[in-house]
Amino acid sequence: MSQRIDVKFRQSIVVRFSGDSGDGMQLAGNIFSTVSAEVGDRISTFPDYPAEVRAPQGTLSGVSGFQVHIGHGLHTPGDECDVLVSMNPAALKQNVKFLSRRGVAIVDIDAFKKSDLVKAEFTTDDPYTEIGLKSQVVEVPMTTMVKAALEGLGMDHKAQMKCRNMFALGLVCWLFNMPLKNAVSFLEHKFASKPAVLDANVRVLRGGYDYGHNIHASVSTYRIETQDMRPGIYCDVTGNRATAWGLILASEKSHRPLFLGSYPITPATDILHELAKRRDLGVKACQMEDEISGICSAIGAAFAGDLAVTTTSGPGLALKSEALGLAVMAELPLVVIDVQRGGPSTGMPTKTEQTDLLQALYGRSGECPLVVMAALSPTDCFRSAFEAARIAIEHMTPVVLLTDAFIANGSSAWRIPDEGEYPEIKPNYVPEELKATWKPYQRNDEMTRYWAIPGTPGLCHCVGGLEKDYETGIISNRPENHERMVKARALKVANVARHIPELAVKSEDEGAEILLLGWGGTYGHNYTAWERLSKEGVKIDFAQLKYINPLPLNTGDVLSRYKTVIVSELNSGQLATYLQSQFPQVHFERINKVQGQPFFVQEIVDGVKQIIKGGE
Amino acid sequence: MEQNNLFTNNNAGQDLQPKDFKNDNIVRWCPGCGDHAILSILHKAMAQLGIPPEMTAVISGIGCSSRLPYYMASYAFHTIHGRGGAVATGVKVANPKLTVWQVAGDGDCLAIGGNHFIHEVRRNIDVNLLLLNNRIYGLTKGQFSPTSARGFISKSSPYGTTEDPFVPAELAFGARGTFFARGIDVELKISQEIMVAAARHKGCSVVEMLQNCMIFNNGIHSYVTDRATRADRTIHLVHGEKMIFGNERNRGLVQDGFGLKAVTIGEDGYTLDDVLVHDAHCESNFLHQQLAMMDGHDLPLALGVIRDVQASSYEADVDAQVRYIKRKHGFKNLRDMVLAGDTWEVK
Repeated sequence: MSQRIDVKFRQSIVVRFSGDSGDGMQLAGNIFSTVSAEVGDRISTFPDYPAEVRAPQGTLSGVSGFQVHIGHGLHTPGDECDVLVSMNPAALKQNVKFLSRRGVAIVDIDAFKKSDLVKAEFTTDDPYTEIGLKSQVVEVPMTTMVKAALEGLGMDHKAQMKCRNMFALGLVCWLFNMPLKNAVSFLEHKFASKPAVLDANVRVLRGGYDYGHNIHASVSTYRIETQDMRPGIYCDVTGNRATAWGLILASEKSHRPLFLGSYPITPATDILHELAKRRDLGVKACQMEDEISGICSAIGAAFAGDLAVTTTSGPGLALKSEALGLAVMAELPLVVIDVQRGGPSTGMPTKTEQTDLLQALYGRSGECPLVVMAALSPTDCFRSAFEAARIAIEHMTPVVLLTDAFIANGSSAWRIPDEGEYPEIKPNYVPEELKATWKPYQRNDEMTRYWAIPGTPGLCHCVGGLEKDYETGIISNRPENHERMVKARALKVANVARHIPELAVKSEDEGAEILLLGWGGTYGHNYTAWERLSKEGVKIDFAQLKYINPLPLNTGDVLSRYKTVIVSELNSGQLATYLQSQFPQVHFERINKVQGQPFFVQEIVDGVKQIIKGGE
Repeated sequence: MEQNNLFTNNNAGQDLQPKDFKNDNIVRWCPGCGDHAILSILHKAMAQLGIPPEMTAVISGIGCSSRLPYYMASYAFHTIHGRGGAVATGVKVANPKLTVWQVAGDGDCLAIGGNHFIHEVRRNIDVNLLLLNNRIYGLTKGQFSPTSARGFISKSSPYGTTEDPFVPAELAFGARGTFFARGIDVELKISQEIMVAAARHKGCSVVEMLQNCMIFNNGIHSYVTDRATRADRTIHLVHGEKMIFGNERNRGLVQDGFGLKAVTIGEDGYTLDDVLVHDAHCESNFLHQQLAMMDGHDLPLALGVIRDVQASSYEADVDAQVRYIKRKHGFKNLRDMVLAGDTWEVK
C-alpha cells in the first residue's frame, strides 16, 4: 500500500458527529468511516442514537451521535473526541462531555438562535459558558452556506436542510485530508436512482470541503498515518453483519442449510436484515410472529437438519427461555444470538450493557446447561458466530452467543478470510455401523447425541421435552434415570471445553501479581487500559474470556497464579460472581459500570489503580 | 416463480399399511378417550396417502392429544405448550419435502398457542393441523378451555365461566384459512377422508376433530354425536354434491336471504333443485363460514371438507424465492459475495 500520508500529528483521531435524529448524523459518520477505511486507516465506530425514531426537533432527547476513531493500533471508538460536530445546541449540550480539552467543536451557528437555545433548555444567552465548553469553537453558518450552495435548484427549505449533514461531512473530510472522491462515489452509489438528490448532496459536500479550505487558518489539521495491517483484502463490517456472515460460513463449512427464525428487536435486528438479504446465498431467514415462534421455528428447523439460528436481545431471550429448555432437552443444535442492551425490561434499547450473562447461564427452569460464549469486537463477531455454530452442530447443544449494542453497531476493518482458513464442521450424524441398533438418545464418547435427520429411512424417532430413558430414549419418570440424564447433559456441555482454545494471557512483565480480566465486548477497552497501565509501569497481566460456559480448561490454573484478579465488566459483577462460584480460592476485585455506555479506558485505568492502592 | 408442485412427494403412492405408522409404545390415554380412535384413523389415513414414515413428521405441543407423536413410527417431536405450530413451521421450511402433521388440543392451539395458530393459518404453511377439540383441559384435570361454552362449570370456573368461547372455524377463516374440515371421533370414515384431503391440500389445513373426554367432559358433543340423532343433526359435506342430510336423506340446505335454511325436500314448495351444491373450492369464504358455524340445533353441524382452496404456501414461496435470488446473483459462496462489495487491499 502506498504511503499516502507524510505528516502525522497524532497516532489517531476521534470525530463525533451529533445532531437531531433526523439530521443524518449516522449517514455522515458512516460515510466518513468508510472513506477513512478506503484510504487505509484503521477505524472503529460507535453510533449513539436515541430510542425514539424522531424525537421532537432540537430537543435533548432527540440527539443522535456517531463517533469514528481512525488511526493506528486502536481497539475502541475512543474515549474523547478531537472534533465534535454539533448541528444544534441540544447536540452540543449532550455531547460536550465527550470533547477533549484540546479538541475543536464545530457548530452550525445558524441553528443557535434564541428559540433553538430554549428548545435545548439553555437558560442564558451564552451556551458555551453554560455548559463549561473551554475548547476551541468554530462557528460555521452551515444553514446559510447550504442554502447558497443549493440556490436555483428549486428545492424547498426542508429538502435543503436534509443536505446539511453533507456540509459537515465535507468540512470534516477537509480537516483530515480525506479526498472527496471516495465520499462522492459513496453518494453516487447510494443515490444512483435519484440524480437530483445526488447532485444536491455532492454540491453541499463540496461546499463544506471548500469552506474548510477557505477558513484554513483557524483550525489545525490532523493527518493520520497509515497503519500496519496483515496483508489481505479488507472490508468494513459492523458486529451484526459480521455475526450474520460468520453463520453463513458455518453453514458452508457444515454443509447444512442456514435457517433463521427471528423477531425484530433493537439492537439485534440488523442481523435479521443481513440474513434476509442473503437469500442470494441460500439463507432461509424467516421473520416470525414473536420471539417464541422465532426460536421454536429454529428448533423445528434444527430437528429437520438445518443449521438453525435465532437472534434477539435481552427481553427476547427471556421470552425464549422455555424453548431453550426444550432445545437442551431434545439435544438439538441451535445458535441463539443475544445482542445485549440496557435492561431490565425495555430498559435502554439502543444502549450497551453486559447484563444478560447470568440470564444466559442460568435463566431457565430445571438444570439446563448450555454453551455460553461472548464476542470480543465487531470483527470477532464473525469468528465467534462461526464457533458458536461449530460447537452447536458438533456437540448437539444450544449455544448462546452474547454480543452487545456496542460491538454490534460498531464497525472495524475486517480481513476477509482466505478459502480454507476456517475448518470444516462435522455434524454428529448417526454412524453407518450404528444404524441398525441406534436409539435416539444414544451418545458418543463425548456424551453427544447423534443427529438423525428426518427423511432418512430407518432412523425414525421421537424427541421432546419429557425426560427420556438413558438407554432407550422412551419417556421415563424413573428417579435414578432422571439424575443420570441431568448429569449426562451437563457432562456433554462440560466436554466442549476440550474443543476450545485455552485462555491466553497478555503479559508485559514477568511476575505480575494482578490480572485484569474481562469478557466479550469490553475487549478493546480492557486491552487499551492494560496497555496504558503497562506503559505507566504497573505490573499487570490481561486476559479476556470468550468462552464462558464451559470455561477454557486452563482458567482455574491461570486465575490461581495471581494474588488478585480484577474483573472489569459492564454490569454489577456477573462474571465475577460466576467465577467466584467456580474458583473460591481466587481473590476477585471488581470494576463495574452500568450506565448503558461503554467504558472509558481511563475509568478502567483509574479503577485498577484504586484497587492496587486499596490493597497496599 | 415455481409453485407448490415442486414439492410433490416422489415417494407418495407406496403400498403401506396402518401398522407401518404404529410403534411399540404403550398408548396411555384413558380407556374410551376419543384420542384412541383419532390415532387409529390417522394411521389409516397415512397408509392411504402412501407417504413413507421417514418422510412424515408429526409435531405436537402439550396436552393429552399432544402425546400422539409417541405413538407414531414416523419422525416425531413432542414440543412445548402452544408452540407446536411454530416448530412445525420450522420443520416444513427446513425440508418442504416432508409431510408435516401438527396435533394440538383446544387449549394448546387456541389459548397459549392462539397467536401461532392464526399466524400459521395466515402464512399458509403446508402443515396438516389436527385440532382435537374436547372443550376442556384434560391433562391438568378439568379446567374450562377457550372452546367451553359460556357458563361452563369446571374446577377453575365453579360458578360458570363468564366468557364466550372461540369457534375454531371462525378463527381459521378470520386468519384467511385456505382449508377447514371437521370430523368427529366416532365417524371413522369421514374423519379418514378429511385427513387425507388435509394432507393433499397444499397450505395450512385445519382439521377440527370433535373429541370426547371420558373423564372430565363426557358427552360434551353428544348432542351431535349420539347415534340415534346424528344423521339429523349433522351433515356430511362433499364437494360437488347436494347438501342433503337426515335419517331419511330428505332434508337439505337452501339459501335463505343472507343465511341458510334447512328444509324438507318436497315440503313448502322446496324441490331437490333448490338444495345447494357444496363448493369447497369457492374463493370466497362467505358460505363456507356460514356452513362451519352451523351447530346442530337449527342447522346441522357440518362435517367433511368445508373449505379447500388453492393458494401459494409459505415454505414453497420461501424456497422458490431463495432459488430465484440465488440464481439471479450467482454468488458461489460468502467470500464471493463479500469480495463483490466494497473492499480494499493491504499489501
